[in-house]
Amino acid sequence: MSEAIKQPAGPEGIIQMQGVNKWYGQFHVLKDINLNVRQGERIVLCGPSGSGKSTTIRCLNRLEEHQQGRIVVDGVELTNDLKQIEAIRREVGMVFQHFNLFPHLTILENCTLAPMWVRKMPKRKAEEIAMHYLERVRIPEQAHKFPGQLSGGQQQRVAIARALCMKPKIMLFDEPTSALDPEMVKEVLDTMVGLAEDGMTMLCVTHEMGFARTVANRVIFMDKGEIVEQAAPDDFFDRPQSDRTKLFLSQILH
Amino acid sequence: MNAHVFKPDMPPPVKTVGVVAWMRANLFSSWVNTLLTFFAIYLVWLAVPPLLQWAFIDANWTGTTRADCTKEGACWVFVQQRFGQFMYGYYPSDLRWRVDLTVWLGVIGAAPLFIRRFPRKVAYGIGYLLVYPTVAYFLLHGGSFGLSQVPTSQWGGLMLTLVIATVGIAAALPLGILLALGRRSRMPVIKSVSVTFIEFWRGIPLITVLFMSSVMLPLFMPEGMSFDKLLRAMIFVILFESAYIAEVVRGGLQAIPKGQYEAASAMGLGYWRSMGLVILPQALKLVIPGIVNTFIALFKDTSLVIIIGLFDLLNSVRQATADPAWLGMATEGYVFAALVYWIFCFGMSRYSMHLERKLDTGHKR
Repeated sequence: MSEAIKQPAGPEGIIQMQGVNKWYGQFHVLKDINLNVRQGERIVLCGPSGSGKSTTIRCLNRLEEHQQGRIVVDGVELTNDLKQIEAIRREVGMVFQHFNLFPHLTILENCTLAPMWVRKMPKRKAEEIAMHYLERVRIPEQAHKFPGQLSGGQQQRVAIARALCMKPKIMLFDEPTSALDPEMVKEVLDTMVGLAEDGMTMLCVTHEMGFARTVANRVIFMDKGEIVEQAAPDDFFDRPQSDRTKLFLSQILH
Repeated sequence: MNAHVFKPDMPPPVKTVGVVAWMRANLFSSWVNTLLTFFAIYLVWLAVPPLLQWAFIDANWTGTTRADCTKEGACWVFVQQRFGQFMYGYYPSDLRWRVDLTVWLGVIGAAPLFIRRFPRKVAYGIGYLLVYPTVAYFLLHGGSFGLSQVPTSQWGGLMLTLVIATVGIAAALPLGILLALGRRSRMPVIKSVSVTFIEFWRGIPLITVLFMSSVMLPLFMPEGMSFDKLLRAMIFVILFESAYIAEVVRGGLQAIPKGQYEAASAMGLGYWRSMGLVILPQALKLVIPGIVNTFIALFKDTSLVIIIGLFDLLNSVRQATADPAWLGMATEGYVFAALVYWIFCFGMSRYSMHLERKLDTGHKR
């Protein structure tokens, strides 16, 4: 019977969403979302604001609750069971638009908090790992500063390092560059490209079409809570199928 | 292509800095302000010299009886003679060392918590909070370990004020935090219990609560069962103040951006860890002024125990002024009481400001 609970998380489907629907009160925000993500796949979700793309990825770690359908992440089905939810959250890292670093903790403490309290890692080990990832995002020298002393781009790179410290299998990015000054977008995108090259499974809500074209395996276009079109980036940008996609692309790619 | 040359930083113009510039900007910026400045100086001149005259220059500092107060000013001899009563109430004179020892143990025990680099501070703090009250209880109350018993009816003076205030503060804070979390809980039962509790205690005056504790409560008790008056007062002070603390803390919880809650849960922290490690440290820091404000009010409100016949600092002073041997000393007595209250409240206020500065990591997010 254990087979029935723990689905195989094989190459076809580290994330499975089947017929997912969600409402905010009367408002139908997600309409019958079906999505399969293979391990190592890099997906970019785009679409106009209010199209449900953020809500979709927030359902994957239960920051939002879906009311209908099935979501299986890393072989664990998302239900109301808190234990299951926490198990999934341990394996899924998330990066937010507004960084959401903890302002009362230093950069290093931000990075060691979850490994120490969730993974029960000894402090020294957690700090070692934290420094490793801070070096990777190229800001080890800021480790003992507080988030408020860093620029937006640096804060977002810390947020990425913080998520990586949990050694997640999946990374979710919710508009990671939308709140940044134009001069800082590149440093964050570069970090994400590096992550993609290492084979991380990534779902990324972004308006950075250059990033989508070069990094993504698949681009998903959403509007009004539905997946309108999904395709490999070349097909998506050069040969969009639906009118809605064409209109969207014509408006953002001047 | 031309290389852009940036301009160097310059100092501000001289006219805007210095004492004269400050006075011109703040005291004499217009004819109205100049007038107000002179008026204020006049008021200070009216009030301060007579006060100094009374309290210091013409004051009587030495002597043992009322007859020694021959000069016109304040008779501080009265305060000197009754100092013991003001500090300890009716606590037996030969046992007052136990009170002093309790205070010293408290101060010395707490000292490591204020040393920046003291290791295992949290564990030590929790241990201190468990051990010290027990030790303090046995020292003050006695009745075991060869210490003779001093019933709480003999406790009094500043000591009693401090006992009620510290117990009230130490117990009301955690209870208030739990109530604040409860009020924001998604579980309907916990939420409604918290709301009811908070609104009940906030809706009645403390004086009523204390009155009920001494008059009504005994009516509901089985006959012959007595319940210590001081303990009753403390329990009600705790319940009463925790409702206020809860609302202050709730304000702090609401000020924390939703993203902080989301980031904490997204990394797999459960409810208590999210609250304890991420949300509360920030929320409590935000509401330090409000919490200390409540504590200062609590400290002063302890004087209300006068109505249930406990002899705290204020009641001790009041009683001493009623002594026929020292008639007419009410002013000196109450000025002294006010000064003691002020020292403690001002101390709390300064400490809270220090704490705010120390915990400030500079930025909102």
